[in-house]
Parts: sequence; C-alpha cells; structure tokens
Amino acid sequence: MKTKKIIALLGASLAWTTAGYAQETVKIGVILPYSGPFADAANQLQAGIDLYIAKHGDTVAGKKIELIKKDTGGPAADVAQRMAQELVVRDGADIIAGFALTPEALGAAPVAEEAQKLMVVMNAATSMVTEQSEYIVRTSVTIPQVNYALGKWAFEDGGVTQAYTLVSDYGPGHDAEKSFSAGFTEAGGKILGSDRTPVANPDFSAFVQRVKDANPEAVYIFVPGGAQPAAIGKALVDRGLAPPATKILAQGELTHPEALASMGETARGIITTFHYTLERDDPLNKEYVEGYTAANNGREPDLFSIGGYDGMHLIYEALKKTNGDTSGDALIAAAKGMSWQSPRGPMSIDPETRDVVQTVYIREVQEVDGKLQNVIIHEIPDVKDPLH
Amino acid sequence: MNQAMSANANVDTARQWLKRQSRWSPFEIVFWLALLLPFFLFPTYLPLASQIAIAALFALSVDLILGYAGIITLGHAMFFGLGAYAAALLAKAGWSEPLTGLLFAGVFAGLIGFITSFMIVRVQHLALLMITLGLGVLTLELANAMSWLTGGTDGLRVPRTWPIFNYFRFDLWGYTSYGYTLAVLFICFLLSRLLVNSSFGLALRGIRENVKRMPAIGSDHHRHLQKIYTISAAMAGLAGALLAQTTSTVALDVLSFTRSADVIVMLVLGGTGRLYGAIVGAIIFLVARDQLAGINPQYWYFWIGLLLMVVVLFMPKGILGFLSRLAGRRDND
Amino acid sequence: MSSIVIVLFDGFAFGMLLFVLSVGLSVTLGLMNFINLAHGAFGMLGGYAAVTAMRLLGFPFLLALPTAFLAAALLSIVLERTLFRRLYGAPELNQVLLTIGMVFVAAAIATYLFGTVQQVIILPSWLRGSVEIAGMRFGVYRIFLIGIALIVTALLVFGLERTRLGAQIRAAVDNQRVAKGLGLDVEKIFGITFALGSGLAGLGGALAVEIVGLDPSFGFHFLVYVLIVVSVGGLGSITGSFVGAALLGIFDVAGKYFWPEIGSFLIYLLLVAILFVRPLGLFGKR
Repeated sequence: MKTKKIIALLGASLAWTTAGYAQETVKIGVILPYSGPFADAANQLQAGIDLYIAKHGDTVAGKKIELIKKDTGGPAADVAQRMAQELVVRDGADIIAGFALTPEALGAAPVAEEAQKLMVVMNAATSMVTEQSEYIVRTSVTIPQVNYALGKWAFEDGGVTQAYTLVSDYGPGHDAEKSFSAGFTEAGGKILGSDRTPVANPDFSAFVQRVKDANPEAVYIFVPGGAQPAAIGKALVDRGLAPPATKILAQGELTHPEALASMGETARGIITTFHYTLERDDPLNKEYVEGYTAANNGREPDLFSIGGYDGMHLIYEALKKTNGDTSGDALIAAAKGMSWQSPRGPMSIDPETRDVVQTVYIREVQEVDGKLQNVIIHEIPDVKDPLH
Repeated sequence: MNQAMSANANVDTARQWLKRQSRWSPFEIVFWLALLLPFFLFPTYLPLASQIAIAALFALSVDLILGYAGIITLGHAMFFGLGAYAAALLAKAGWSEPLTGLLFAGVFAGLIGFITSFMIVRVQHLALLMITLGLGVLTLELANAMSWLTGGTDGLRVPRTWPIFNYFRFDLWGYTSYGYTLAVLFICFLLSRLLVNSSFGLALRGIRENVKRMPAIGSDHHRHLQKIYTISAAMAGLAGALLAQTTSTVALDVLSFTRSADVIVMLVLGGTGRLYGAIVGAIIFLVARDQLAGINPQYWYFWIGLLLMVVVLFMPKGILGFLSRLAGRRDND
Repeated sequence: MSSIVIVLFDGFAFGMLLFVLSVGLSVTLGLMNFINLAHGAFGMLGGYAAVTAMRLLGFPFLLALPTAFLAAALLSIVLERTLFRRLYGAPELNQVLLTIGMVFVAAAIATYLFGTVQQVIILPSWLRGSVEIAGMRFGVYRIFLIGIALIVTALLVFGLERTRLGAQIRAAVDNQRVAKGLGLDVEKIFGITFALGSGLAGLGGALAVEIVGLDPSFGFHFLVYVLIVVSVGGLGSITGSFVGAALLGIFDVAGKYFWPEIGSFLIYLLLVAILFVRPLGLFGKR
C-alpha cells in the first residue's frame, strides 16, 4: 500500500520533467535562494536577468535562451551542489549562473569543474570564489575590491587618520574588516578598535556604545543588506555618532534606497563605497534604471540587479564570440578579457583571475532637489581585487 | 499492544510479542526493493534521492528519541552538523576514505551526544525543547566563531571523497552516492529495528508513556534515555557525514535551526513512533518540495504549508498512520 | 558609568519590544496548552497592517498601531474558530506541524502581496532622534517603546486581577475542568484570550518595524526569541514574560557591550542555564 503510493508519487514526478526537448537552445540554469531569508536578493538579481533578456531578445547566435530556475531556499551549500548536479545531468544545462551567496557558489563549483560548464557568479562576493574552478567568472563585485579602495581613500583624501571598524561576524564581514583596515593602515591610518556583530543582530545599541566610548574620527561599517543598514544607521545617530563630528564609512548597502527612506535626515553625510550607483548621471544607466523600474512596479535596481544584468551580458557576448558553441572551454576563453560599458560604468573581466575589474565609486549622501541620495564624490577606475 | 502487555504480562508472551513484531512483512520487503527503483527508472534524480536518503536517516535518528522515547528536540541538527564537520575536517586533513570517515563522524557525534545526554534526560516538555534548541544554536555560534576551522558562513570545500572500497568512484550522476547513502540508511534501519523491538525498546516506550512509573518497576530510565540519546546523536552524525562526503561541501547551514525544524516536520508528516514514518516523511517532504520548487521557485512553500496543515487536520497520526488505518491493519503502536 | 546606564536602557527597551511580541503566546500556551508557532506570523501581519494603513490609507503612526492590533486579533478569531480549535488537546507535535504550516503559508502570502522588499515605516518627527537627559542621549522611540510596554502590562495586570473576564481566565488557567463545571464558557474565554494574545503580537510587530525591519521571513525570525521569552518567563505568567523579556533584552545588549566576542552566545547560555535549574521558567507554576 505504502509502496504503491510512493511509486505513484515518483512516477508523477517523472512525468513532470520529461517535457519536450527543443533543438538549438542554450539552457542556462539559474541557482538562487528564491525563497527564505535571501529571497529579496534573488528576486532583484532575477529581475536584472529578465530585464537584459527583455531588452536584447531571447535569441543569441541563432540559439534560443532558456532559463531554468532552481531555488536553494537558503544559504544551503548542499542544495546548491545538488541543483548544479541536476541541472547538468537532468536538464542538460549548458551554463550555470546565479549564486547570490558564497557557500552556494562553493557548493556548485566542483560540479562546474567536473562537468566543464561555464559558471557565472552574479553576486557571491568573497574573493576566493573564482579560485575554485577554471570555469568560474564573476560579474558582481568583490568585497576587498571596494573596501580596500575605501580604506586608502579615507586616509589620503577623506582626511581621516583613525577609525573604528564594526562589521557583521561572518565571512563577508571579516573580509570587509580586513580589506578596509589594510587599505587604511597601509596608507598611514590607525585602527582604534574593531568589533564584530552577530549576523542575525536585531539590536546594535551595545556595539554603537562601544564605538562611542572609543571616540574615533570615523567609524567603518559593514552589515548585510536588508533591515540592518537602517537599524545601525539610526543607532549611530541616536548616539550622536554622526557626520560631520564622526564620519560614517561603509559599503554601499548601508545607503540603499529603502535604508535611506527609513533613516531620513539621519543619513546625511554618510560616505559609502560601491561599484553601482543608482543616481549616477549616465545615459546608459538612466535607460537601465527607467527600464527596470517600469518592469518592477517602481522598485529600483540594486547591486544584485546589476550583477544579474551584466552576468547576462557576459553570457550573450561570449555566445556571440563562440558563435553559439556552449562548451565550457570555449565560453570561458571568450569571457576572459572581455570588456564593456555597463550601466555601472566601464567594466572588464581579468583574463588571469576571471574576476571583475571595474570603477569603484566613493559616494556621499547629500541633498539633491530636496531628496537625499548618494552623490559620487570620487571615482577610482579599473580596480582589481587586491587579494588575488 | 496494551492488552497483550497488561493482561498477560508474563515473560513468555512478551517475548512472543517481540518476536511477532520483528517479523518482516511483505510490505516491508517491497518497500525496500522500491527504493532501488531510482537506479533504473529515474537515474537523473539520483542526487535528490541520495539527499532524501540522508534526510531519512536523520529523521530516523530523531524518531528513535522522539517517537520511541518521548524526547522532543528542536536542536538535533547539532549532531548532524557535528558529524558533517567531523567528516569534512578529516578529509581536509588528508584522509578522504569514506567508511572510516563515516565511523569517525558517528563516534564524534555520539560522544558529544553522550555528554549532553546528562543534561537532556533531566528535563521535559518546553524546557527540554528549549534546551535542545539552545544547545543547537550555541553549537552554530561556536562553529561561526571558529571560522578558521569551519570556514564560517562561507563554508568549506571538502576534498573529493575517495572511491568506496577503492572501487566505486563518486560520479556526477550520483549512482555511487545513492548506493552508498541507501546502504547506510538500510543498515541503520536494521539496527534501529532490532533496537526498538528489543526489551530495551519496550522499556523506552514505557518511559514515553509514563516516566514516573518506570522506576517503580525497577527500570533505570535515566540510563535508558542516555543510551538512546547517544545512539540517536551518533546516527544523526552519520547522516551529516554522508552529506559532507557526497556533496563535497559543508557550510554553517548543516547546524541551522531550520534543519532541526525541518526534520521534525518530516517525521511528524510521515508519522512518529514508526521507523518507516521517518523514511516516508522524508520522501514525501523532499519530493514535494523539489517538484513544487521546480514549478514555482518563489512560492513553493505556500503549498508545503498547505500540505502540512491538511495532513494534521485529516491524518492526525501522520501519513503512515492514515494509510495503515485505511488498510485496516491494526495500529502496531 | 553613563554608558552602562545607556546600555541597560537600550537593552530594557529591546526587551519591552520582545515582551509585547511574546506575552500573548505565553498566555495562550499556559491557558490552552496550545503550541502556536504561528504567533510570530501574527506579529508579521500586524507589521504589514500598520505599513499598509500608513501608506495607502494615510493613517498617522499612532492610529496605525491599534489598526495592527485589530487586524491580528480579528484574523486570529477567524482562525481560532476554524482551525486552532480542532487541535486543542491534540498531541503537541500536531499543533507544531499545523502552525508551522501556517507560518509557511503566511510567508508566501506576504511575499505575494508585498514582495520580498524590506518595509519601511516613516515615524512622525517627534518620535525620531534622541533627547539628552543628564548628559546621556536616550532614543525617543525607545522611550516610547518602554512606555507602550508599561501601559500594556498595566492593562493586562489590571484586566486579569480586577475584571470579571480576568477572573474567568484565571479560573480557566488554574483548573479548566472545575471552571467548566462552574458554568463558565471556557471555549469563549479561550477565543477571547487568543484574540487578545494575537492582537498584542500584531501590535508588537508594528512596533518592531522601526527597530528590526519587516519582510516575509519575520514570522520565522522572531519565533526563537519569542520562545525564549516564554520559556524563561514561565507559561501563563505576565510577570514572567515581563521579567523574561527584560532579562533577555538587557543581557543581550549588556553581553554584547562588555564581552562582544561572546555576545551572541550569552543569551543562549542563559537560556540553557535557567531552564536547567528551573525547567518551568522563572515564574512558571505548572
């Protein structure tokens, strides 16, 4: 009885997937945490992918692009590994893409390596991700890339001589702390102290008080996107730790649009480093933002969106170069050294490390036409990840 | 069972009852043969099948304490994760032989299980639930704090596991993985079956039904509970080790609260206090999840939630309990 | 010295937020023995109700708070009548499964209606910023939180001790069977208590948006904190929840301040230690 039930169930599940097999398609498996705590990142990234396809058509080099979405529900390295495996053996995917989170990219990397498939990392920002396989290329950003640059800038141009660092206690946070401190101290600055906040931290007041006790010229912050940027921003200002008395330096998530809305006046003067700036005055970016908001109920693009958008650009251009050849070796060769104008600005793929090279923007929250926004105050072109 | 036990409570009938219980029914044989079907019918589903086997083993380990001894836990991922990290770190240290790695992980998780069992057996109900949850979260935080060893949130890439018996290589399709995980599941199932149908298993059920009465009939319930908790922890460790070995990756999520909660959901879905409940629950939960997520990656959990609610409302004894009532078989509980 | 006062104040304020979120669960668990893991989902509902009321209907923040309370309370009456009631007296695990299922469904519905984006509440200007008292800066919103929590506590204590309904609830908690025998409509009392508890969760959810944000995973995210407060405080005890929440908030913040390296461990260590010594919680009776 039980057995029959199970067989029926398994049978039903088979029927679902043996759909028609069209010729001349390029199948791109997209592995993302569409559900769970990182669902928003996945949605924004997916919207970036969709926008690119909508703009450039779903046919490239005579082949039709087909997306296969796989949810990890995670951070779940094991699920990502299985999804990659299934994409290769069951769905016949030619390219695997997505990867919002580092552990999931690490999980899938051995599969890309063994199956010799191009793997496009559209977000996961830990340096070592691209070192896991010769078939991995990244179109997002690396944490050391933007934060090392910020550290250097803070001392050389920002007029900060000593700072306190406050980062989330997990991989990306540790990376951020290390690279900001490296850039800052190598230039001549001094780190007064550093604290790490639990990743799921609902309340920052204790840490902010510790910063206050140390009385630094500037505080450097790294927290994951979502609810934390606004929370920590407000906690800082409640303590009187606000520009111009105390400079606040951070990675761009801190002042993304929702956080700015929530922080209001208190956000004024926060300095952030990022690879994508929503308000950057550039025709390509304007067109991108307009298209994006129109397609997403007014929601504005963020770092995830641009990673997905440029990831698709890389795939399209690589396919054009190989004339539709989808073998991993051909595609990765085509991707190496590729350079293009993205809505974020000029970017390219380092032929050595297969990692992204791009302009890093230092921005300050200022009032423009009565609205607070990130205004670019400094640009550093062609920045590579300093750790590779 | 109650009639047989209380009315003629002499040793002979009890032994006969145990014997009857441990006889294999044709259903069971068919069931296990059916688990071989994926090899032939759905070879592209083998990676999923092996992760289901791992989840089933994990659920089985929880069933031993929850279903048979009444220890309710919200932190069993602690042992799953410890096993996974033990196997992964052994491999990182240069020893990727699967069977010894498995054994090492099981012993390690069992040891930690034994140590914590002193605490576990002294509390019940909500306190027990929260202490297991607390210990689970503490282990997760500890692993995060020791990111130099565990890789923290980024996770660890585990060196590829060596071929089993130096012959069966772990392939991309997952033939070896499924064969391996299924074999371990089957062996652990056999051991569990022996265990629950032994006098020890009976003593455990006695504890589950009424803790206070057990000492009165001369049964040292603390000792019994510690023993089964240790066994269960070791088995959860094996499941974790299997995951690390077959996926070549391990990250903090092996220790997560979600994993502890998911396994309870699978178990209750299938039916607690029956060994097959763990396996059937894992199959149904993960196959449903996989298929629903395939159709709709963003909203699949709506349907999973609905499934859970429907099962509770219409099959209060789990899917297996419902099926066995349909089949008109006596509840073997 | 002044920083210690600030830290204790902040911790206490955070604890008060947890108190409002969790006191309802403590009462329903104590009263009906019903393990409602969907309690956090009612908090989420309250949060979304407040956000919607402010954004679409233009309600001021102070009016959005009772809206959140009412929305959560009303929905809980419907669900209590149709679903929860069937599982009173059912095995604990079935209650767990049903309510976990509801959290899944609630999260999916929230995603569908509001998307995965973080929701923002724009506070009125008088609740923003901080005030300086004796050279220390206290966040205005945190003072407001403490005020609300104290009012809620006062109302609950007064309601339970001095009103007819309160007496009935206490009777039903102490001994259901006798209460029924005395002609009390225990089912109705259950329903009202349930609605009150869920409403408070909704209020807590609305209050929490400013501090911790709001997205569809809120229901899961706060479950663990709520369970800790309830178990440490002791079931069915308002004082217990109050003390438990305050302790949790203060230890969380103070722990992170004095020992940042083990800040995230501390509350769980405390949880395990307290429950090991006092399995019924600090103020639990049964």
